[in-house]
Amino acid sequence: MQDRIKYWRGIEELENTPEFAKHAHNEFPEFLPVKETSADGSSSGKTKRRDFLKLMGFSVAAVSLASCEAPVRKAIPYLNKPVDVEPGVANWYASTYFQNGNYNSILIKTREGRPIKIEPNPSSKLTPTGTSARAQASVLGVYDINRLRTPLIKGKEAEWEQVDKEIKARLGSVTGKVAIVSSTIISPSTQQLIKEFGARFGSFEHVTYDANSASGLLSANGGVVPGYDFSKAQVIVSVGADFLGTWIAPIPFAKQYIKNRKVTSGNPNMSRHIQFETALSLTGANADVRVPIKPSEEAAVITALYNGITGQGSAGNTPAAATKALASAIKELKANQGKALVVSGSNDAGTQAMVAAINSALGAEGTTIDTNAPYYVKQGNDAAMIRLVNEMNTGTVGAVFFYNANPVYDHPLSAKVVSGLKKVPLKVSFSDRVEETSALADYIAPDHNYLESWNDNEPRKGYLSLTQPVLTPIFLTRQMQDSLLNWSGAGGNFYEYIRNNWRKIASAGDFNKFWEQAVHDGVLENGTSMMTVNNTFTAASPVAKPVKAAAIEAVLYEKVAIGTGDNSNNPWLQEMGDPISKATWGNYVAMSQKMSEEMEIVQGEVLKVTTANGTTFELPMLVQPGQAQGTVAIALGYGRTIDSMPVAKNVGANALAVATVIDNTILYTGPVTLEKTGATSPIAQVQTHHTIMDRLVVQESTLAKYKENPKEVTEYIRLATHEGPAKPATISLWDDYEYKNHHWGMVIDLNSCIGCGACTVSCHIENNVPVVGKAEVLNRRDMHWMRIDRYYSAVEHEEKDYETMEHPAENPSVVFQPMMCQHCNHAPCETVCPVAATMHSSEGINQMVYNRCVGTRYCANNCPYKVRRFNWFAYFNNDKFATENYMMNSDLGKMVLNPDVTVRARGVMEKCSFCVQRVQLAKLEAKRENRRPKDGEVVSACAQSCPTEAIVFGDMKDPESRISQILEREQGERAFHVLEELNVQPNVTYLTKIRNLA
Amino acid sequence: MQHVSPIREPLVTGGKTYHDITEDVCRQVEAKPNPRWAAAFAISLVGLAIFFYSVYRTLWFGIGEWGLNKTVGWAWDITNFVWWVGIGHAGTLISAVLLLFRQKWRSSINRAAEAMTIFAVICAAMFPVLHMGRPWLAYWVLPLPNTFGSLWVNFNSPLLWDVFAISTYFSVSLVFWYIGLIPDFATIRDRATGPIARRAYSVLSMGWTGSAKAWSRYETVSLILAGVATPLVLSVHTIVSMDFATSVIPGWHTTIFPPYFVAGAIFSGFAMVLTLMIITRKVFHLEDYITIEHVESMNKVIITTGSIVGVAYTTEFFIAWYSGVAYEQYAFLNRAFGPYWWAYWSMMTCNVITPQLFWFRSIRRSLTATFIISIFVNIGMWFERFVIIVTSLHRDYLPSSWAMFSPTMIDVGIYVGTFGLFFTLFFLFVKFFPVVNMAEVKAILKSSSEVTHTSADTMHGTEKELNTNTHTHHRHE
Repeated sequence: MQDRIKYWRGIEELENTPEFAKHAHNEFPEFLPVKETSADGSSSGKTKRRDFLKLMGFSVAAVSLASCEAPVRKAIPYLNKPVDVEPGVANWYASTYFQNGNYNSILIKTREGRPIKIEPNPSSKLTPTGTSARAQASVLGVYDINRLRTPLIKGKEAEWEQVDKEIKARLGSVTGKVAIVSSTIISPSTQQLIKEFGARFGSFEHVTYDANSASGLLSANGGVVPGYDFSKAQVIVSVGADFLGTWIAPIPFAKQYIKNRKVTSGNPNMSRHIQFETALSLTGANADVRVPIKPSEEAAVITALYNGITGQGSAGNTPAAATKALASAIKELKANQGKALVVSGSNDAGTQAMVAAINSALGAEGTTIDTNAPYYVKQGNDAAMIRLVNEMNTGTVGAVFFYNANPVYDHPLSAKVVSGLKKVPLKVSFSDRVEETSALADYIAPDHNYLESWNDNEPRKGYLSLTQPVLTPIFLTRQMQDSLLNWSGAGGNFYEYIRNNWRKIASAGDFNKFWEQAVHDGVLENGTSMMTVNNTFTAASPVAKPVKAAAIEAVLYEKVAIGTGDNSNNPWLQEMGDPISKATWGNYVAMSQKMSEEMEIVQGEVLKVTTANGTTFELPMLVQPGQAQGTVAIALGYGRTIDSMPVAKNVGANALAVATVIDNTILYTGPVTLEKTGATSPIAQVQTHHTIMDRLVVQESTLAKYKENPKEVTEYIRLATHEGPAKPATISLWDDYEYKNHHWGMVIDLNSCIGCGACTVSCHIENNVPVVGKAEVLNRRDMHWMRIDRYYSAVEHEEKDYETMEHPAENPSVVFQPMMCQHCNHAPCETVCPVAATMHSSEGINQMVYNRCVGTRYCANNCPYKVRRFNWFAYFNNDKFATENYMMNSDLGKMVLNPDVTVRARGVMEKCSFCVQRVQLAKLEAKRENRRPKDGEVVSACAQSCPTEAIVFGDMKDPESRISQILEREQGERAFHVLEELNVQPNVTYLTKIRNLA
Repeated sequence: MQHVSPIREPLVTGGKTYHDITEDVCRQVEAKPNPRWAAAFAISLVGLAIFFYSVYRTLWFGIGEWGLNKTVGWAWDITNFVWWVGIGHAGTLISAVLLLFRQKWRSSINRAAEAMTIFAVICAAMFPVLHMGRPWLAYWVLPLPNTFGSLWVNFNSPLLWDVFAISTYFSVSLVFWYIGLIPDFATIRDRATGPIARRAYSVLSMGWTGSAKAWSRYETVSLILAGVATPLVLSVHTIVSMDFATSVIPGWHTTIFPPYFVAGAIFSGFAMVLTLMIITRKVFHLEDYITIEHVESMNKVIITTGSIVGVAYTTEFFIAWYSGVAYEQYAFLNRAFGPYWWAYWSMMTCNVITPQLFWFRSIRRSLTATFIISIFVNIGMWFERFVIIVTSLHRDYLPSSWAMFSPTMIDVGIYVGTFGLFFTLFFLFVKFFPVVNMAEVKAILKSSSEVTHTSADTMHGTEKELNTNTHTHHRHE
């Protein structure tokens, strides 16, 4: 055996002296030569000055180093990796969003067990594309830090066992009526469960009411919403129904509506849309003809239509402004028998009965109204609710349960609800927080968020869908249905309950397989229906009851984002610019320019609004072009004062007092008087200039011209050269980029964009865009990566001077233009950055390198589209934004952030990235499968959430892609670039808007 | 030796001798602080404190402390930057260009003007750094070898050209100024009595001996530096103007900008020199060195450059109309009649109308009038930059993004604060440095002083009193 070569640490080891051996086991054999003070304190043992300094130096260094340590933040790894959870890989679950009439079949993206994004469920026939802004934003609800974490008994935290015991005992001895008050429930299983729950009580009632009621419509149509199908309608007349924005089922309606609004030169046909309304709604903004009318004139308009079409009744006096439009509407409707549809937003049963008669006379049944497939998304019965409120006040109600209902806040008789509740011995709320109603309840048994719940849904007859939990409940909440099962003594859980219910409709064979397929798809739309409708309404005769005229008539309306206020604690929705007014964070008194001038009020002046019953509230005024003269419009859903909604607290005022209750009918209109208070409260708008100043930024034309020659509807800018006019893109100093692999681009069809703003919220969520709050929006520092520019047509004037161009017309035509980074091939931002923090990718994407950005803002200044956004402050971990931007300022809120997208630091620029994280993901997945990405695999967040498919994203290098085909088809016809003359060569192409003007 | 016609107004009045010059200039350096100086210095320190507070707010909380928004990404920051850079131009022009053109009247004012240049450039340089979102990374704009991969600066960016332009300008100006100070420091050193002063000025004078060889080199270096600095007078503001001229924003994208900015810079610089000079000569009793003749000469420069600027304003309007570009036309109409009309008309009044008063000799030679008009010009030139930056940005291409800008207290604080910084430096300078270039004034004494014009004989009688370092006579004889 060969001798090992031996190395020594030093000569000492070789010699191996006893001295060495003694210290050999010490890693550091030399010691700090510090002599310790000997026990007897003799001078020889005294610490020397040098030693003292050494010790002190060491201690000071150690102490200061220790204080430098960052706070410990614990990340807990999976000890046992859950099945299906792959860190870094998203899981998708099909589910259903339903809140207050707003239905969406959805896919939920989860990362490491956290839901982070909501997308449309393409398997659904009802909402295959697009989501509403509310559905998008609903993902945050589960991370709301203000949700209750335990049940409450009389406002005190309690155990579920205790709650169950007490409620069971009290229900056992209940006298009087037991009532469950809820907003519309579209879950057949829940409805059945409630019925079963009530069966054991002598007197039980399930009262449904909607904060924005459709009782009138329901009563005229046998307790259901008629199965409107706008896709079959060539002529649509709407009287005050904002069916694209907030009325009944806007997402399915928008999808249907847009089918006949998309044009190509091959099929240059469009439906015609006439809108009579008071406030300028999203639907009105999309109409071909829009006539502003007062609420008091609505009955006359409907009556005239009724008379004109059915030939019954008398036309009466129609408002002068509407006469011409009415005549043409009647003519066009009649000419389109079986292809026409009339809808009304009125809550008056007589009016709706007239509308039903009109539609019937137009042959709508079976064509534009699918009689076999009514909608169930509104079921509220005003009369029943009012009766219950009265019963509560008389003391005959023994127990009341509130499920998704907050009448103290959102019912016009809220004062009576409060007084009535005092007389109800047992009050239970399933609210997820202490809100206006649940604060008065004896028990709060907080319900799960819908992302934690099982449920089934039937928004429309024959369209079933499932809601499934995508995460373990965060707090000690319990699904309302499970609570009912427990309290009724039936036991079991709701999941089993639904499954049992679904067994009845299951196709023959293995139920588990059927069930799994249904859960996987999220929808079961084979015509099977589970809902049983109990028509509790009494039909009215077709006589429109006119609203009393007043000097100033006010109308209440829902905002696309905030609705009736259920979502008002959601910062994304609060910061989303209203599609029409572009206002964020609050409601206001909207009035026309003319009226404001007459009353000498300027925008932002606070008015005291006094309603018919003497209630007053104060709101600032907003000048709203298109608002009918002599009327004002105020949005519902604001004026929260409760602590559990800090985001919404003191934002706007609750205007519900304007609503009038006549004969068990709630009308969302009423007379008001306005009074100046002298105060001002600026309105935070994300856009403050409203006209297009005669610029060729948005292009539009008419259907007639388009039919005549599709090549002449778009104006193409040509630059003068010595060789004659030339396309700007052909004149260049630079070599163009060469795109060898992909060239990503986007096409936005201005004809399809209805301006709903779902894309802006979707973009916000996908890209971790901070919410900045009202003060910062007022500073014009909103962070929206994409926005929808809304322009009003200007006052018609012979001389086009800049002064007149600045003023919107009294009843303007409206155009929407989604605007985001145009990803210019000759990007002005790229050349000016001193540190090359923004540069062009090899695939045509203008990239922003946050790490490299030093924040000169030169790029933003030089951007002709003004789409770049600067981080003026740190928006995360910053107390200043803790309320508005809790998604970045609390541990729970941060769960919703997209881990694929950086949260930007203070002082850097950011902007639309064409969802580069999605592009990369699709490319990686394709690469793994050794193929090229297929068209449709890469979808930007905005395109995915668009209900009308106005935005198409794709690879312009792929000749088969949708975008390439659209571009090829529309080249020279409707395709144009904004500011083409600058030769910045955007990768975003717009398609000219076509209006169907008579 | 050059001969100066007796018809010319003398450049040094009051029958000064070489010794008088030394005494007059060294007096404020050597004497106890003048109470008026102390008061002014205290006020400057207050300004400096405002500066530090505002900068602290900006650095600690972010640029959000300013009034900027998504549409107007630059406002007071870059306005102040361009304004201060412009102010500095006069110093370089006076010291370099006038030296090359042998304009002897520059001798008594060049020192202060150069100091002003340097302090103004220091103030100006604050803004490109402070306006950054992440100023701690400001060094990334320098083409330094780095470990960030193959990252390099973007040579296409005018902002990068700015970095080079300003840093070059600052270094050349500083060296030029310092070289000129060396003989004067030596004078003070030789007169100093206290040990600290002696030591300090000894270090500052870098062992100046005053030998003929040293003077020869001094002259050569001055000439070379003047040659180097002269193109800078044109280049710096040309490059600053390119920040705007190379962009695509209507109102910025203009080829007229380089000459227009240079003229504007000289215009504002001379106005600022006048403002400061009129105060300095009064406070330090330097009326015999900085004469009405100087003031008048500078006023002539002001009226010339002011008129150039006026022509530029009109030309811009004409070209906007002539271009036929709607965006361009709107940008200019919006300047004059839009929401910021008051800024535009303040600019027009201060820059174009008021300097025209200098056509009258009496106004040109009136100190009060000159002082007031110089302030007007300073205000007008600030508004010019504000008008260019803010009114162009606030309403550019897409009306949807149009916005207004209004400053916050921090914006104001930083601007006011840079005055604090400037005057703190300036007052330190006037107290501890020779405010008039003694060596060079002595050089022109024989040819251009009042004494020369009357009797040359008195000169010789004082020669023996000359300090060892004053070698002017050697040079010229």
